[in-house]
Amino acid sequence: MKDFSRKEIDYILDIAEKLEPVARGDERSRLLDGKIIALLFFEPSTRTRLSFEVAAQRLGGQVLNLGSVEASSVMKGENLADTIRVISNYADLIVMRHPLDGSARMATEFASVPVINGGDGSLHHPTQTFLDLYTIRRESHLEGLKIAMAGDLKYGRTVHSLCHALSLYGAEMTFVSPPELRMPQEIVKDLQKNNISIRETDSLEEIIGDVEVLYMTRVQRERFPDPEEYEKVKNRLKVTGDLLINADPNLKILHPLPRVNEISPEVDSTPYACYFQQAFYGVPTRMALLSLAMGVIE
Amino acid sequence: MKEKRDLKIQAIENGTVIDHIKAGQALNVLRILRISSTFRTTVSFVMNALGARGKKDVVKIEGKELSIEELNRIALISPNATINIIRDFEVVQKNNVVLPSYVEGVMRCINANCISNSSEPIKSKFSVLQSEEEGVILRCLYCEHLISENIAENLL
Repeated sequence: MKDFSRKEIDYILDIAEKLEPVARGDERSRLLDGKIIALLFFEPSTRTRLSFEVAAQRLGGQVLNLGSVEASSVMKGENLADTIRVISNYADLIVMRHPLDGSARMATEFASVPVINGGDGSLHHPTQTFLDLYTIRRESHLEGLKIAMAGDLKYGRTVHSLCHALSLYGAEMTFVSPPELRMPQEIVKDLQKNNISIRETDSLEEIIGDVEVLYMTRVQRERFPDPEEYEKVKNRLKVTGDLLINADPNLKILHPLPRVNEISPEVDSTPYACYFQQAFYGVPTRMALLSLAMGVIE
Repeated sequence: MKEKRDLKIQAIENGTVIDHIKAGQALNVLRILRISSTFRTTVSFVMNALGARGKKDVVKIEGKELSIEELNRIALISPNATINIIRDFEVVQKNNVVLPSYVEGVMRCINANCISNSSEPIKSKFSVLQSEEEGVILRCLYCEHLISENIAENLL
């Protein structure tokens, strides 16, 4: 994400907005007519893979799926470099997710077609950040946003990329997490260097009235050696109807999904809930990225 | 007495002398220059020699002038080292090592989950930064991990 300037991000989001009627199925497009998009997912993924598939098909493109890793040449010991070289000869663009950090960057060295990173290792998931930014722009506003990010801020790659991108728009950020899952201090320092105001707390009640966007993330059980500690944290960082009594009326709640129990189902029908809409926005955002990478939109 | 001291490390006729190496880093300098048991010409080194500015290491490589690119890698572990190119016992060129802005295949990334530590046919790649507070910092061009400590321990 750090490769993108604010101007470039704005441009990509503008294109996503233009393509939104196509993503909804209200308009037809043949932008990717005759193009084949290869989806190489070496790790399980539902939303990212499906939304890329839908994005390609809504634009008239064909999709080539690697299928399960177990049934592919990867199981025969083929390295990623060779897989990429072979698929480059079959498809016009590759979307890839891989468990190793930096795998997408490596793939670009061996590919003769554009590669879109659909998540590599624990570090990057840039298309998720674009769809998060698009959701915030459509449902709230990007400039000077008052945002809280809550949950696992230590390991959550989506929040790391998002706060970097939002710093380009001068956000006021609040980080809500248990002490053991705090935002890494090097990221906090980086943001402070860019004059971003930061507040850190472990209580959602304390901040719920002061923010325009609440970005929730899942706290994973495996991060806690002590199951009792996990139960305590899980219940403390939970969005419920009661919590929202004091919320800003314009609050929007985002979540990269899947959620487990950090947002109660009763919140789903409130005007604050934005996470399913956010999942839809993955489609126009990925349509914009596919079109730009294929050069069918300048 | 003076003769005995001179015997510690003889002058060389032709080759490269790396002087003012940070004390204790001579073996790592050999590693970074890929000088191992298969190296054909005479290599001698002194560790913890007393110089005008305290203790230092010195490496002498006979009959071979190493390229500036190879020698500048030494700056990663010893930024004040100097390079002397010797011909007919005379120093014909003397330079300080210059920190390169990019190194390839010199060290491994400390991130175990980095693609450069897998069996893929790639070399590790780092951009090299220098900060006043932390000295030399390497940024992995694959996974973006920063390495500012234990650089010598991670040499390939």
